[in-house]
Amino acid sequence: MRKKFVSVSLAMALCAGILAGCRSTDNGAAAGTVAPASEAATGQTAGEADTTEASGRTPISAADVKVGIIYIGDENEGYTAAHMAGIDAMQKELGISDDQVIEMTGIPEDESSYDAVTDLVGQGCNIVFANSFGQEDFVLQAAKEHPEVEFCHATGYQAKLSGLPNMHNYFTAVYESRYVSGVVAGMKLNEMIADGTITEDEAKLGYVGAYPYAEVISGFTSFFLGVRSQCPSATMEVKYTNSWSDMAAENATASELISDGCVLISQHADTTGAPAACEKAGVYCVGYNIDMIPTAPNEALTSASIDWGPYYTYAVRCLIDGAPIATDWCQGFNDGAVKITALNDAIVAEGTEEKVKEAEDGISNGTLHVFDTSTFTVGGKSLEDQIADGGDYAKYANYVSDGYFHESDAAEHGCSPAFDIIIDGIDSITEQ
Amino acid sequence: MAAKRTKRVIHMVKRGNMTKFTAILVRILAVILAMIVCGFVVVGVTGDNPVGVYRGIWDGAFGTGQRGWVTVRETVTLLLIAVGLVPAFKMRYWNLGAEGQILMGGLVSAAVLLYLGPIFEDWLLILIMLAASMAAGLLWGLLPAVFKAYFNTNETLFTLMMNYVAMQIVTFFVILWESPKGSNHVGIINAAHNEGWFPQILGQPYLLDIIIVAVVMALVFIYMTRTKQGYELTVVGESVNTARYAGINVRAVIIRTVLLSSAICGLAGAMIVGGASHTISTSTAGGRGFTAIIVAWMSQFSPVAMIAVSLMLSFMDQGAVQTASQFGLNENVSDIITGILLFFLIGCEFFVRYRLEVTTVEIEDGKERA
Repeated sequence: MRKKFVSVSLAMALCAGILAGCRSTDNGAAAGTVAPASEAATGQTAGEADTTEASGRTPISAADVKVGIIYIGDENEGYTAAHMAGIDAMQKELGISDDQVIEMTGIPEDESSYDAVTDLVGQGCNIVFANSFGQEDFVLQAAKEHPEVEFCHATGYQAKLSGLPNMHNYFTAVYESRYVSGVVAGMKLNEMIADGTITEDEAKLGYVGAYPYAEVISGFTSFFLGVRSQCPSATMEVKYTNSWSDMAAENATASELISDGCVLISQHADTTGAPAACEKAGVYCVGYNIDMIPTAPNEALTSASIDWGPYYTYAVRCLIDGAPIATDWCQGFNDGAVKITALNDAIVAEGTEEKVKEAEDGISNGTLHVFDTSTFTVGGKSLEDQIADGGDYAKYANYVSDGYFHESDAAEHGCSPAFDIIIDGIDSITEQ
Repeated sequence: MAAKRTKRVIHMVKRGNMTKFTAILVRILAVILAMIVCGFVVVGVTGDNPVGVYRGIWDGAFGTGQRGWVTVRETVTLLLIAVGLVPAFKMRYWNLGAEGQILMGGLVSAAVLLYLGPIFEDWLLILIMLAASMAAGLLWGLLPAVFKAYFNTNETLFTLMMNYVAMQIVTFFVILWESPKGSNHVGIINAAHNEGWFPQILGQPYLLDIIIVAVVMALVFIYMTRTKQGYELTVVGESVNTARYAGINVRAVIIRTVLLSSAICGLAGAMIVGGASHTISTSTAGGRGFTAIIVAWMSQFSPVAMIAVSLMLSFMDQGAVQTASQFGLNENVSDIITGILLFFLIGCEFFVRYRLEVTTVEIEDGKERA
């Protein structure tokens, strides 16, 4: 019985693949003119894909793979540079040549991302990636129109909701590396308290955030919890720039935080603006995406960072193997998808390396949970109590079990960050 | 007796009449020269073959049907704004507020899509959107126009400042409508059923844009050249005193003309939101309100030239995306090429009007004598 099911589904998948293949050549030859016919055909395949359990596609040989990717920035911007490095790693790993990869830089989060993605499809890409949050709606629109192409969008949350078999979201458990970078910062605060530079009460962190929503809130909370695992008296002030990448605003915001009495700065924004302000003011900092030591040699401790290589390798390998790509993908230290950059040995506190190792091992083997609900309170109560009380917090009930908040749990909730609770000890200014 | 010395000097001499044909030749020559200079720059900076880069630009703008349509969409949008600026500019009213007028038009279009999308039929929705966006642009032009007409305030600064107010209002609504909360993105409106999106006509995605712009353009040029009102605004532009002497109600003409101009710019907002982006953000206008000033001026309000100039600018813009990915150059390359091109085109206008003559002058006792 089982065998029969497998063979039937394989046959259906093959049909779907052939249909998809035919259609893509059609589209290439006479773009747009055969719209009604191709729409009818796509409707049919989508239906099949729904009913076929493992809707794997026909394998594509490595030589026929064509990868397209749109980036919000270019190589001068840390976040995009990390994605580019990931694509390079994928090419190396799978032997994909440069002319099989089309990279488009500086694609803004508006209709130009739809135009660019559609254009990549027109150039024959069979898998298309996009790396910025605001591009998701436009990628989704293209995914609806081109069911023969796989679309993967980083940081987004709509793949599962859309129900499209060719739309995928990916992100990494960057909160894990933020937590570990927080450990480094916490150690430094302890050292400053021990040598009398600051008192326990003055252990105040500053955080330059991009936008006040889940991805950023989850990020600074994990950083804060990492710090607090070492230095329990720490508090944090968060300010937002309302841009992913604005060198001047990040610099100014960091300076404001410093004048508010913050003694250590971290960031969730993409430029070197904040570390530059820290270097000038003589305040320690923890960066994001890239090593900030070249920017702030005397102040940058380390950076929380993402290695996108594992995902790009995974997704393209699925294409080659004909395996389905996960609707939501999120990995952390275990798969080498997140890391902290080199510690600045000249300035990190003594024993930091050991503590870092301890935290990384704990996260990897599952003994340490970043969002352990016993380590923080919300409005003076534990998160479990708040949920039990109902009200605003009841909606988190599904996320909390076994004593921790299940962040970015791809299987259950999708890969995009969900922790958007402001916990006690963090002062988040959303008013501008 | 002082020694006589001579010196050669260059004189600027106003040309009599250059024939239209020669003037066009001069401009074509300017484009060719610009392309050669760009070639040197591209080779010098990047080492890439300039012919390859030009081909990349062409490919990016017209390489496929889809790219061609995007280029056309951008061209007609820019053209519509430029057409909107013409009446005001002709009256010597420097409307630098097109950016804000587009934003306000776009904002109400987004509001119509959001709130009325589920209620009305598509065709009605689009009509409401077009009307509402014109009304919004018009309102945004009203204040500076009234101040100009009654207090003779400087409209350049006034209209410019209105852009920033519009941007703040859009920011407010983005935060009101954002999804998910805190993300500063409104996202695509009515993504599920496309209510109120400009429809495809004859299977072509942006044909409606072309029709709208063609109609508006024709109406504006008839208005400018064939109606009494069009004549009146030209007179006001030439000389306010003459206009008064001729019994023209200058205030009425100023307000009427500016309202027309800003309503058309508002309409461009509906075209961007309803026809292309289906969302709203502070970058919805994207600097088009300023680029259109170049279009209107460079073509000296000639409709044919306006089409050509907007096509050229959009062509370079769209081509940039392709050269960026093909040669690993970023989009700044096309900005450089566009800059050189504009330099030559604007520069050649000088030679259309003046010619340089080299003459010899004698220098005697420190004095010059021709």
